[in-house]
Amino acid sequence: MNLLERVRTCRFKRMDFGTAEKIVEKLLFIAALSSTLIVFFIIAFMFKEGIPALALGWDFFFGMIWRPSHNQYGIFPLVVCTFIVGIGALVLAAVIGIPAAIYLAEYSPAWLRNIIKPCVEMLVGIPSIVLGFFGLIVIVSYIRDSFGGYGECILAGWIILAIMTLPHVISISEDSIRAVPKEYKEGSLALGATQLQTIKKVILPNARSGILAAMVLGMGNAIGETMAVLMVIGNPEIPFIPSSILDPVRVLTSTIVIEIPYAVWGSLHQQALFALGVVLFIVVAILNLITTAVVRKGAMR
Amino acid sequence: MMKAKEEIVKVGLCAAALLSVAVLLIVVGYVFINGIGVISLDFLLESPYRFEYGGIFPQIIGSICLVAVCLIFAVPMGVASAIYLAEYASDNVITRTVRFFVECLAGIPSIVIGLFGLIFLVYYLDLGICLLSGGLALGFMILPWTVRASEEAIKTVPQAYREASLALGVSKWRTIRSVVLKSAYPGIITGILLGMGKAIGETAVVLLTAGSGLESFLPKSIFDPVASLPVYIYMMATQGHTSAAYSRTFGASLVLIMMFFVISIFALLLRNRYIRRMGRR
Repeated sequence: MNLLERVRTCRFKRMDFGTAEKIVEKLLFIAALSSTLIVFFIIAFMFKEGIPALALGWDFFFGMIWRPSHNQYGIFPLVVCTFIVGIGALVLAAVIGIPAAIYLAEYSPAWLRNIIKPCVEMLVGIPSIVLGFFGLIVIVSYIRDSFGGYGECILAGWIILAIMTLPHVISISEDSIRAVPKEYKEGSLALGATQLQTIKKVILPNARSGILAAMVLGMGNAIGETMAVLMVIGNPEIPFIPSSILDPVRVLTSTIVIEIPYAVWGSLHQQALFALGVVLFIVVAILNLITTAVVRKGAMR
Repeated sequence: MMKAKEEIVKVGLCAAALLSVAVLLIVVGYVFINGIGVISLDFLLESPYRFEYGGIFPQIIGSICLVAVCLIFAVPMGVASAIYLAEYASDNVITRTVRFFVECLAGIPSIVIGLFGLIFLVYYLDLGICLLSGGLALGFMILPWTVRASEEAIKTVPQAYREASLALGVSKWRTIRSVVLKSAYPGIITGILLGMGKAIGETAVVLLTAGSGLESFLPKSIFDPVASLPVYIYMMATQGHTSAAYSRTFGASLVLIMMFFVISIFALLLRNRYIRRMGRR
């Protein structure tokens, strides 16, 4: 009898085992779905709030005047400024970042690389608000003293954003330079090409897609960046298309942060701000898709 | 001639690489020099009053609470998703969709996540501007990072370990729990620490969902608004124009950077230990 009972409990345990396994699998599956759900919710809620403003159509996307007090919501100057600031910062980051990546991948002795690499990684982590404050105190006042104007301007935005995107540009470019097969390089060197010629003619063309991906990704980061930019670009009351790099500008992200506390809930103003969020989301999503496509194309080759 | 040109280019490239190090040193050094004078026990343990006076105690505690709530949400979610993706899911439409959306979530600008937190958590779920909303919104932000890091870590566990465990008659879940996670945990924790670093410095999300940053009280429950260091810095830097406000901003920035560095150093140490252990095998 004892034995019988033991066998029975044993079987019972076994079955329980299987059910528990299934439950665990289901739970894990639900967790995995959650991130999908969050993205769906974000898209749904942003659009739901933004639609009334997006429905303004031409006046919204190509309107030249953003003046909530007069119920005018034209985002064209904001979009233009966003791209000016983003592209300029990226160019600056590329001018420093790509040579740095080449140095790290091709020339640098191991000990120096072990110093530079962690520093670059740390640079990613400096909170953007601290960087923005640094920019406000140091870079903005430097520009004000040496070039005149308010100091809070496109140039300051470029510098700060370049600092923020630099680490991404360096690490992704370096990875793609390292991914170039060694035989290519050795073949070139064996033919008598110098190291510089090898880099120019063999390594960079082969690493091109990776470096391009780094650029597009950096662009997405730069456009989506909020606090650091906000603190150094001036944010004029009425945004306009700038004529010099010393003009203050206003970008999509800074407009949202500055105006959301004052927007009356449920008003067109608040909906327009959410619509700005939708525009930002779509621009960054497109840039990310381009990155993925570039990387995949590079991988296929 | 050729040789000289090579050398010049090499020096130029080296200068570019060193410039990025210099930027880090300048920023951190500048904040350190200007901030260290402000930091005292009073500054760290007092509450702010009359906008620009007092210390930053509630801000420090608030930031820690926000990160804690964020981790309580994001870590179980992220690790569970990663286990599913790495161990259970075969490569089919569902997993590819999930992976795609995880990537999407990673790409969403933080301000959009802040807006979503504001409309969904604060208004739609009616949680109000509070610790819970802020922590959850931060959790949405770092979720993709925890998923990715955990998945990578789980994938580096050698297949032989799993097979050995399964061959001993251990069930799949048990294998994952006691074999896979045990060898993957340093990688997972590194991922979590990196997420923490991101969460603690995040301003836009917290500003829209958790509070104005100048609260001089500690949150009593998760439904209270909560102060945080980044938002305090933002408020002080943009609205205080006195030297008292600026020096406090530097002090708070220094504290924030230090918190971040402590977290990163832990992450680096763990990673190195992990790599060493993997190398020994």
